[in-house]
Parts: sequence; C-alpha cells; structure tokens
Amino acid sequence: MPSQIKLLAGRAVPVRGNDIDTDRIIPARFLRCVTFDGLGEHAFEDDRRGLKAQGKTHPFDEARFAGAAVLVVNSNFGCGSSREHAPQAIAKWGIKAIVGVSFSEIFYGNCVAMGLPILRVTVADSEAIQALVEADPRVEVAVDVEALQVRVGAKLFAAQMADGIRKQFVTGAWDATGELIDGLPQVKAKAATVPYLRAFA
Amino acid sequence: MSKATLFDKVWDLHAVRALSSGQTQLLIGLHLIHEVTSPQAFSMLRERNLTVAFPERTVATVDHIVPTEDQSRPYADDMAEEMMTAIEANCRQFGIRLFQPGSGKQGVVHIVAPEQGLTQPGMTVACGDSHTATHGAFGAIAFGIGTSQVRDVLATQTLSMGRMKVRKVQVDGKLTPGVAAKDVILHVLRQLTAKGGVGFAYEFAGTTIAAMTMEERMTVCNMAIEGGARCGYINPDDTTFAYLKGREHAPKGAAWDKAVAWWRSIASGADAVYDDVKTFRAEDIQPYVTWGISPDHGIGISEAIPAKESFAKDEWATVEEAYQYMGVKPGQRLEGFPVDVVFIGSCTNGRMSDLRAAAAVVRSHGGKVAATVKAIVVPGSEAVKVEAEKEGLDKVFSAAGFEWREAGCSMCLAMNPDKLKGRQVSISTSNRNFKGRQGSPEGRTILSSPAMAAIAALEGKVADVRKFLK
Repeated sequence: MPSQIKLLAGRAVPVRGNDIDTDRIIPARFLRCVTFDGLGEHAFEDDRRGLKAQGKTHPFDEARFAGAAVLVVNSNFGCGSSREHAPQAIAKWGIKAIVGVSFSEIFYGNCVAMGLPILRVTVADSEAIQALVEADPRVEVAVDVEALQVRVGAKLFAAQMADGIRKQFVTGAWDATGELIDGLPQVKAKAATVPYLRAFA
Repeated sequence: MSKATLFDKVWDLHAVRALSSGQTQLLIGLHLIHEVTSPQAFSMLRERNLTVAFPERTVATVDHIVPTEDQSRPYADDMAEEMMTAIEANCRQFGIRLFQPGSGKQGVVHIVAPEQGLTQPGMTVACGDSHTATHGAFGAIAFGIGTSQVRDVLATQTLSMGRMKVRKVQVDGKLTPGVAAKDVILHVLRQLTAKGGVGFAYEFAGTTIAAMTMEERMTVCNMAIEGGARCGYINPDDTTFAYLKGREHAPKGAAWDKAVAWWRSIASGADAVYDDVKTFRAEDIQPYVTWGISPDHGIGISEAIPAKESFAKDEWATVEEAYQYMGVKPGQRLEGFPVDVVFIGSCTNGRMSDLRAAAAVVRSHGGKVAATVKAIVVPGSEAVKVEAEKEGLDKVFSAAGFEWREAGCSMCLAMNPDKLKGRQVSISTSNRNFKGRQGSPEGRTILSSPAMAAIAALEGKVADVRKFLK
C-alpha cells in the first residue's frame, strides 16, 4: 500500500523561468534507456552546461542549493513531451515536492502517479518564495499538502491543489493502480455498453 | 461547465465510476504504445505481478529510436537495439500486436493508427506520447500520458483522470493560397499562448476547419498540446467517414451503417454549451514561421519579430532568452534568415498531403537544395513511403538534392542518429522549437509548414512560399 504524503520539509532550490519544457528538464538523448535509473544526475543537463559555458551556474549546480528537497518554479513548468523521465529525473536528483504557478497537465499527472506532491501558488508568491530562498538558501521550506500551505521560514503562503488530488496524497491513494484494479468488474460491464467495443452489434 | 459537447458525451460514456479521490476511472478504448515510454511500464507490471487486462485494445509500433537510414538488425546503436528488443519481448509476453519495421504497417504511432482505421470517432485514446492529441481529428478524446499511467492502462484499460473544461476554437473563412493547416495552428497558438489551454480540451470548429481534409485536421489537433490543451478534437462529419471507409480496422457491412449513425450522434449538438469560445478569421493567417523557443513564438512571414513589451510582463525574461538563443532581434523579419538543415516529416506533417505540398514547391521552383543546406524528407509511415514512391515523389525530392528516408520520428526529437550540430538552424515541419530539441544543446529550430520548409531548402534561407507559387 503506498504511503500517505501530508507534509514535506527541507531546503529549496528555485529554477526561474516560464515554459520550461521537458526537453530542457531531461534532453531526449537520455530517454535511450529501459529503466529510470541514473536520470537524476542529468536533470537540466543542457541548461546547466549552457550556463557553465557562459561562466554562470544553474541552481542545480550551486553548492548553496545542494541537497534541496523542494523545487520552486514559475508558469507552465513541464510543458511539451509526456516523458515521465522528466519528473523521474527531478525526483532522483532529490526533489520531494514541487511548488509553482502552473504546470502542464501531463507533467502534473505524472507527478501525482509517482507520489511527488505538486502545488500551485500565485505568480507573485512563486517569485516571493524564490527570492526568499535565494536570500537565505538554508531557510526551511515546509510544503503542507494537507493544509495547502507553503511555509518559508516564518512566512506562510497559500497553495492550491485540486481537492481530489490532495485527497489522493493525504490518504495514500496517489498510486491509483490498486483501486483501478478493484474496479475491473465494473470496467468489464462498462465496456459491454460501449458501441465500438461490441463491434456495433 | 460544458454540456452536450462531443467531449461531454464521450467522457460520460467512458466514465466507469468515481474513485475515492473524486477522480474518474475512465475507460480507454484504444491504447497505443511505442518503444520509449513503455519499457518501464512493463517492468512495473512484472514487479507487481500484474498482467495486461485487455491485450487486444493495445497496439504497439516503433518510431522514436528507429534509424531512418540503415534499418538492418541489430541496429548500429546498441541502446536502440536494446529498446527494440524490449518492446518485441514485452509484446510477445503479453500478447500485444506490434507493427514491426518491414511489416508495411510501421511508422509514427499517430500516423499509423489513423491509417489502419484503428482511430475512430467517439473513442477514448491514450498513448505515452504528448502528441496523442492528433487522434482527436476523428472526434476521439485522445491524450498523452506518462509511463506510470501506461502501466495503469495496461493493467486495467482505465486511468484515474479529472474532467477538463471545453474551449471552442472557431476558425471561419477561406485560407489564402500558400497557407496551410500548420499555419492555422501556429496562428491559434500564438494568440492563445503555450499555457492558455491548460485545463481545457480544445474543440476546433468553424468553416475553415470543416473544409479541411482529415490529414489537415490531424495537423491542427496534433499541436493542441503545444497550447497546453491535453486534447484537441474536431466533430466527425462526412469527411471523417469517407476517410475511414474501407480501412483495415474500420467497421464493415451492417456495422458500418450503425457506426456512422452513432458517430453522428456523438458530435457536439446545437445545444452544446462551452466553458469558453475563441474565434479566428482565416483571412488573417499568412504562412507562419517561429522565431523563438516556444511554439507560440510564431509570426506571419511578412511580420517583424515582436518586442517583449507586446507580451505579458512575466513572459519578458523568456522572450529575451528566446531572442538571445535564436540570435534574433525584435523588429527583425525572418525572411532571408539562412538555414542549415531542413526537416520534412513528423506526426505533425509527415503524411501524404504534406509530402505532396513540399514536392509541389520543389517542382514549381525547379531548382535544387542550396549547397549549404542538408535537407531530409522522412515519411511518417511505411505506407506513406510506399504511396509517395508510387507517385514518384521520392524521385522529385532526390533529384532536387533532398535525402529520402525510411519512416520514423527522426529529427523531430533527435533520438535517432538525425541531429543538429552546434548552433545550426533548422527549418522543420515538426511541432517543437524548444532549446536543444533537435539534438544539439545549442541547435535552433524554426517551425513551418511543409511548403515553407521546402522553399527554404531550395533558397538556402527562410522565404515566403507565396512568391514562388505558379
């Protein structure tokens, strides 16, 4: 039985920018694999390399953010390809919760199916949280899935998550497979009523 | 909340029950798999001692890693060979049909399923690939899923899903010469933005869409995901039925008549209620090119690259990043921008009508691929390749200096040996101009229609295809 996920706390890492797509999170060459093992070290690989070449450092390479458990992003994060390799790479790097303004739906669905809580905050709050973490990378960021709050040090930010999804995390039903299997008799009954599944007989 | 739309009718028909989370257990009528996002799903099944509930409702093909030059086995790339071997073994073990290279049925998953008549109106379709939205062209509710969800569909033929809102995207009027379905969707994406469709299903409607062929409709629905909409669809009509009739998996005989009657009944009714409606005029659409790093960074070929101030303030950083990455400036026009590589193919534009449109430009222009340009044409499926060769399109392309390849995804995502090098500029008929998308971390992509890609190959630079039409 999967575990209940109610509260995650740790240091955070901000990755700024809208429309960060899954090709940037994990470039396609790393999809040449039959397991998700080893993806963590390649998260944001080309962005990290590109910045290094310009003498800059990607947050995932900054010592002050090493060991972070909460990823703080902006709008439309995870757009593009459906590759679950993207949230898998982020999770394997060490991230245990994601906070941002908005997410692509497939990316969001992948995070839920993996048990990686993913909460929405306003544009202003995402920027404020990023600024607080940049100012003090050691500040504790607590992501409360049950109360739908993100606490950064002493500051509280309201967060959003669809009620059904929130319930999936707090009750441990984020791994839906078991419940879907329990419904197989109803699935078979349903299939018998769908015209194309009965060859229009 | 939407009512009486095709989305509502198809969703309600496939809703098995409410789960404890409040999500819906949704029955999936057609499940498509490929070699990249399925191996881990099969591993999860084995770890949990599960089996495939409805093996006859899953169909597999190989497209992403397949080389489009030398396809002899074992593949030169060991990892590609391992992925290929894995899907063969998984399909064998669980009794799933696999369209193998050489079978005449292999190709890009979103091209082969419609071609075989597998995709039909009123279905729910899922695949571990974001461009599953393509199948919505038939009036199916089709969406991309991740690998854990592929596991769920294999194990139960269902998914845990939340209902979407429905936005009607209405395009009316007659497209002007030189303007293609790809230009329509790039225009829509620019106006509705890359994130504007999050939470929505897009219903494409209006006289422009109604006048489109099925292949054009597939191009439009294919890129719904680039606007954030997980699925896009078009109500089925006589064009849809004419396309399906006689295809291998389409209903036959008495079942055909019943099917058509049912398909008509599931279209959005006159009483349909939408959560939102957006309208566009076909006359406003020119041949499009993208100038940035997101598919909504598009402009008509005669327009200048927009200033960052024309975007919402929280987009400015991304827009500046796009100027810098692409090496362009606001106010600049793209006509005359030199290109190094031309890619014609993909699930967006790898069908017969796309190849015909590109070949027509080659014939009309009469010249050859510019000496500085590498141009490749990758048919979307083995069936497309055979048909194109029957029409002599391969010879038109080869004589003009284009490389004529085997079917696959190829340079759309560059998982096979076809890749950009360094900061090369590609004009591509695919769907994503993301940073690094075409295999080089600094590579640059300009998205366009097949005709605009073909003219760029011949001219060696971005050009307005309308100036070359006879």
